[in-house]
Parts: sequence; structure tokens; C-alpha cells
Amino acid sequence: MKNPGIELFKDGKRLDGRKVDELRPIKIEAGVLERADGSAYLEWGANKVLVAVYGPKECLPRHLSDPYKAVLTYRYNMAPFSVDDRKRPGPDRRSTEISKISAEALEKVVLLEQFPNSMIKVFCEVLQADAGTRCASLTAASVALADAGIPMRDLVASCAAGKAGGEVILDLGKKEDNFGEADVPIAITPHDEEIVLFQMDGALSKEEFQKAVSLAKQGCKTIHEIQKAALKKRFEQVKPPIKAVKTEIKKSEVSK
Amino acid sequence: MSSEEIKWEVKSDYIHALAQKGIRQDNRKTDEYRKIQITPNYIPHAPGSALVKIGATQVLVGVSMGVGTPYPDSQASGVLMTGCELVPMASPSFESGPPRPPAIELARVVDRGIRESNSIDFDKLCITEGEAVWMVMIDLHILDYAGNLFDAAELASIAALYNTKMPKYEDGKVIREETSGKLPLLKKPIECTFVKIGNMIMLDPMLEEEKSLDARITLATTEDSSLCAAQKGGNGSFTEKEIMDTFDIAVEKGKDLRKLI
Repeated sequence: MKNPGIELFKDGKRLDGRKVDELRPIKIEAGVLERADGSAYLEWGANKVLVAVYGPKECLPRHLSDPYKAVLTYRYNMAPFSVDDRKRPGPDRRSTEISKISAEALEKVVLLEQFPNSMIKVFCEVLQADAGTRCASLTAASVALADAGIPMRDLVASCAAGKAGGEVILDLGKKEDNFGEADVPIAITPHDEEIVLFQMDGALSKEEFQKAVSLAKQGCKTIHEIQKAALKKRFEQVKPPIKAVKTEIKKSEVSK
Repeated sequence: MSSEEIKWEVKSDYIHALAQKGIRQDNRKTDEYRKIQITPNYIPHAPGSALVKIGATQVLVGVSMGVGTPYPDSQASGVLMTGCELVPMASPSFESGPPRPPAIELARVVDRGIRESNSIDFDKLCITEGEAVWMVMIDLHILDYAGNLFDAAELASIAALYNTKMPKYEDGKVIREETSGKLPLLKKPIECTFVKIGNMIMLDPMLEEEKSLDARITLATTEDSSLCAAQKGGNGSFTEKEIMDTFDIAVEKGKDLRKLI
């Protein structure tokens, strides 16, 4: 999209007053849905994302099942009212692509081999979109998977960097995304910093690209701390299970 | 599990064992393409077309031109649409029906390379601002799938765009029999796809390598050695350094491939 003359960078600050390496405010809450096995709600700037996880459960339809591991499905969906011009409901090409690469990113961390012939379903609903929804969804999805108690090697933290107004910046806002020069969404597994999701569009030189990737990785690490805090908070609230009733059986009764 | 799947599983063990020794099944170097053949204007009746073969992979791309209304957010620019059909004849695993995620991903990655590099001079495709603009429709027709559809499809698309003739437009009508010159183009973005198997990263995966991959990465570069589009796939991962290394190879290979068009 062509920039209609919006100055994206002024006096060392961005449109919303952020510094080049500053994230928008992020809030994550785990365990927000009653019926789902795991869930998370995330607010990231003006983005609002809700994620539910179901499973591991029987793989249906059967022919999709894998005798070696669980099948992980991921549905990224934008609510019709999440964007300015109403989005036609249902999957489109963009959301199909995002769902595919997000599922692949999560397959790296979920211990799928522990659940052969079963299925784990992740549903992401973008309720309000404000740039960076694929990163927001994936970040929330990995919290929801952990909330469901599904064994994982690590969380997946996702964040974008890019270029707008001639500067390499972290976590593009809506205008920066629309009128900027490049967008590089990535996701990492924080413990070893391996990149599990990676896309890019726009124009970047090698130096800018390097800077953007390392900036996005830094962003992911910050987000990882917020994810951990959300999970800790969730499990601190869990009440201890009801104490088992102790029953004593007398020896004399057994011998009868 | 079908016999087909069991066959690929056995093959995959073999490919992984080879990769551990740093060898590829066909003895290629890690940064070596299979033989590439480009036949431009393969379908002379279409405004633009090209057939590209990379090894045994064959992709036919056709470009159609039409006139339509512009998008509300870019009233004075032409429109690009990219579609893909994994034709059932190309592989026993392809089936007819609406495009599924792999076909959609392929079309969108090819589209992104062309769109984001500003390969097409969209401003020159405006007929009447806000009312009528040229629409460039690229259709990827996969004829034989033997690995690395991304690079073959992108190469074929660029080759097809470079021989696309614009039909004449007069009094609100498209006259297909007459041409009004060539499609205005600015750049040749080139995509390079790598796969990671174990710890080995190799360019231009053949079918066996693609079926055994841990992770895949596609980088599209332009004449000025900059990156214009990228996509990672597969359930494995890359380190930052690995991505930077593939960037350098993609820039170098891009220079070679660009000469073929």
C-alpha cells in the first residue's frame, strides 16, 4: 500500500510514541474458557485474540490419524468485525497460509509422539485486529497448549520486526505495517533461540534484515517472560485437589 | 498406513543417513541446482506463458490480462492475482478439488515475491483512476512434481511476465487480437528454496529430499541484493546464522538464474 504522506518516524519516536525497540503493551491470561481443555486470552496493543485447545482426543476423521504421533490442527480465524471493512466469514487464502505455518511451528515443541492416533486442535479467534495478529495468535496458542497440560519441549514466543519510515523497528503497529517498507514476523523456542516460524515481505538489505531478525528475537524473549508469568498466575489459582478420604481396613476384616 | 507412505519413510531414513555424511542422493553440492530449462511463450495464445523444468519438476505458468476495478486502498494501481493448481497428473498425492493449504501457500509465496519486489510497474496499469485498471492474473499449473515447486513456479512466473503482451483497450473494451505493447516490468525477483535435513542445508530439494525435510526456507531476492519475500515451512527450525547463510547463497544464485530469463 502506498504511503499517503504519513510520517512514520519523527524526532526519534514512532507514531504512537514508542522507541524503535519497544513492544506495545501485552497482557496474557490463561484458562479463560470453561469447555476447552486449555485456553488463553491475549491483548497486544489493540489486538484481542482468544485461543482454545482441545485434546489430545480421538483423531477424526480417522484417515488423518498417524500411528506414530498426534495430529495437530491449527485454525487462525479473523472475526468479521475484527477489521475496519467487514471480513467475509470463513477461511480465506491468507488465514489458510497462516494456519499452516503456525501449526508447523507448534509441531516442533508439542510432544506429539506421546499421543499416537490422536488429535490436538488449536482454535485462534482474532476478535480485534491491529497488526501482528499471526504473532499474537501463536503466542497465545502456546500458552493455551500449556494450560491444557499438553507436554511441550518449550513455549513458542512470536513477534515481528520490520522497517518503517526508514528505520528498523520492533513490533509494527497498524500504520507502520500498512505503509512501512518491510515486515518480518518470526517465532522462536526461547530456550535455544531456534526459529520455528519465519516470513518476510517488503524490501530489506542484508544489514537491515540481520538487525530486524535479532530485534524480533529480543522481542520474543520479552514475550516469553509474559507467557511464563501468565501460566504461573493461572496455576497459582488452581485449588489443591480434595484430600482423599483415608480408610483403614482392619486386618481382622481382611482375613474374613 | 499406505504402502506409499511406508516407501517414503524408508527413503527418508536413507536420505537422513546420507545427510549425516554430507552427501545428497544425486551427488549434488549443497548449493547446486538441478538442470534448469526455461521455455518462454510455451502457450502462444495466452498473453504470457512459460514452461520451467528443474530436474524432473515441470511447472507451466500462464498470464492472463483483464480489466477490473481497483482495490479501494490503491485506486490508481493495477491488480495482481496468483492462483495455483496442483494438477492431479503431477503426483499420486495430488487430488482434484478446491486448493488445499500446500497449493495456497505456494501461490501466496510466489505472489509475495512478485508483489513485494514491485516487479510489475503497477502504476502504469491504471486506465482510469478509481474505475478501471489492468488485472494481471498468474496461474501456476503444476505438471510434474519432483521437488522444489517454489523456485520452478517463481521462475516460470517471471519468465511468463517477461513475455506478456498487453491486449489493446479501446472504448471500455479489451481487444484481445491486438496488442498494445509489453507488460511494464521493473525487476526480476528470484526465489531460492533450501531444505534442512538433520544439520545439513541444501538448495533445490529433489522430491526425496522434500519428503524427508525437517525444515524448509524460501528467500526471494532482487537485483540490488536485497530480500523481498521469505517463508519458512516444515516442523523443524533454523538458527539465525543458518538463515543469514542461506541469504548469501540466495543472492548469488539469484544473479545466475536472472540471466536465464
